[in-house]
Amino acid sequence: MIRILHIAAKDLKEEFRTKQMLNSMVLFSLLVIVVFSITFAPILGSSQDVAMVAPGVLWIAFIFAGSIGLSRSFVAELENGCLEGLKLCPIGRSSIYTGKMMANMVLMLLVEIITVPLFAIMFNFSITGLFWLGIIIFLGTVGFVCVGTLLSALTVNTRTREILLPVLLLPLVLPALIPAVMATGSILMGASYGDISQELRLLLVYDVVFFLVAQLVFEYVIQD
Amino acid sequence: MSERMLRDKILPVLSAMSMLLAIGMIIFYLPDMKGAMGETLDMSFRIFYFHMPIAITSYLAFTVVFVSSILFLRTGKYSYDILSRSAAEVGVIFAFLVLVTGSIWAKATWGWYWVWEPRLTTSLALFLVYVAYIVLRQAVDGADKRARLASVFGILGFISVPLSFLSIRLWRSAHPLMFGDTSGSSGGGLEGTSLQLTLLVNVIAFVLLFITLVVYKMQNEMMEERADEIRASLD
Repeated sequence: MIRILHIAAKDLKEEFRTKQMLNSMVLFSLLVIVVFSITFAPILGSSQDVAMVAPGVLWIAFIFAGSIGLSRSFVAELENGCLEGLKLCPIGRSSIYTGKMMANMVLMLLVEIITVPLFAIMFNFSITGLFWLGIIIFLGTVGFVCVGTLLSALTVNTRTREILLPVLLLPLVLPALIPAVMATGSILMGASYGDISQELRLLLVYDVVFFLVAQLVFEYVIQD
Repeated sequence: MSERMLRDKILPVLSAMSMLLAIGMIIFYLPDMKGAMGETLDMSFRIFYFHMPIAITSYLAFTVVFVSSILFLRTGKYSYDILSRSAAEVGVIFAFLVLVTGSIWAKATWGWYWVWEPRLTTSLALFLVYVAYIVLRQAVDGADKRARLASVFGILGFISVPLSFLSIRLWRSAHPLMFGDTSGSSGGGLEGTSLQLTLLVNVIAFVLLFITLVVYKMQNEMMEERADEIRASLD
């Protein structure tokens, strides 16, 4: 367990030294929000209409920013044979995956924490039910990062890695994305826990299933 | 030699004949369909007898991909990889046909080609996952690595499909449930032997077609590999 944290800490330390990835992720997700806010300008006055498009916009921003972050997650390891070094460490292969996943998770949550308030400002939208919104975003992000980290390791071996990652990732995260968007929508409309319990359960199932499967198959992804 | 006979002659002939029989049954043998109110349903309902067998066959294809991907990762036998890639390619075509036949039928009965509705969205997700699978195969250099990575994706993709079905089921469904719900409003249960017989013959015909296509595809792939080997040995 502690070794997993070491790997996550290594990644984060590397990232915070330059903040290159984090900056571009945040900027990108803000740009998505801004672009949507401009294109939807005519309906921003009516909160009813905003509530219809808001969850989608928010999740698109997260997912786009997440995909660019994830696509770099394993590229850095390829340089100077870092991945070889990691594989030589006396830890299970799945620990590498878990550590990487946690580091990506932290980055994405940071991006989301910055994006949500700006989203509320740009869309002129008062956010209600912050606690449950946080839970939904957390669970949705876990699912996204679970699959994303695995596919990031997978696409790093391919010719067109940055382009291929979203192509592979989006169909696979669809089952997490749909309940996440629906639950976000309900919460923003002022629903309580009872209305979104089904969605939350599905998100939880998705997270657990994909986390476990990724643990099992990660070994095959990085073996040479 | 007899195995070769079976593969090259009997399988295609058998699947062509069953296909002809299946189509013939749909056109000539089926009685008019009666709706819930006793009114005669449109001829368009007959596309169902293509639609559902094709859907079943595409699920079958992706199950084959899933199982042979696992077997490849466990055993490392290359023939499993050939099987999974052949089944995936044929399966994508079937998944596409599900969308096409479904859309045609939807246009005739619901009035739109497409509705954002559970079954339809699941079929679309299924199709997209396996298109991505084929794209992935094309993007990896090196046969061994390609087989390994594609197997991993084949497993992930298969797991995501039932989950996406569950998640999309949170929406209210307009898709008819053909079995288990005899009082359904749109189509309802399938009753009557002639209908069930037609459906059965169609399912058999499409599964046979699938097997034939996969067998031919696998043969193709093996010949291609053989050609590559020969080419490599010449260099």
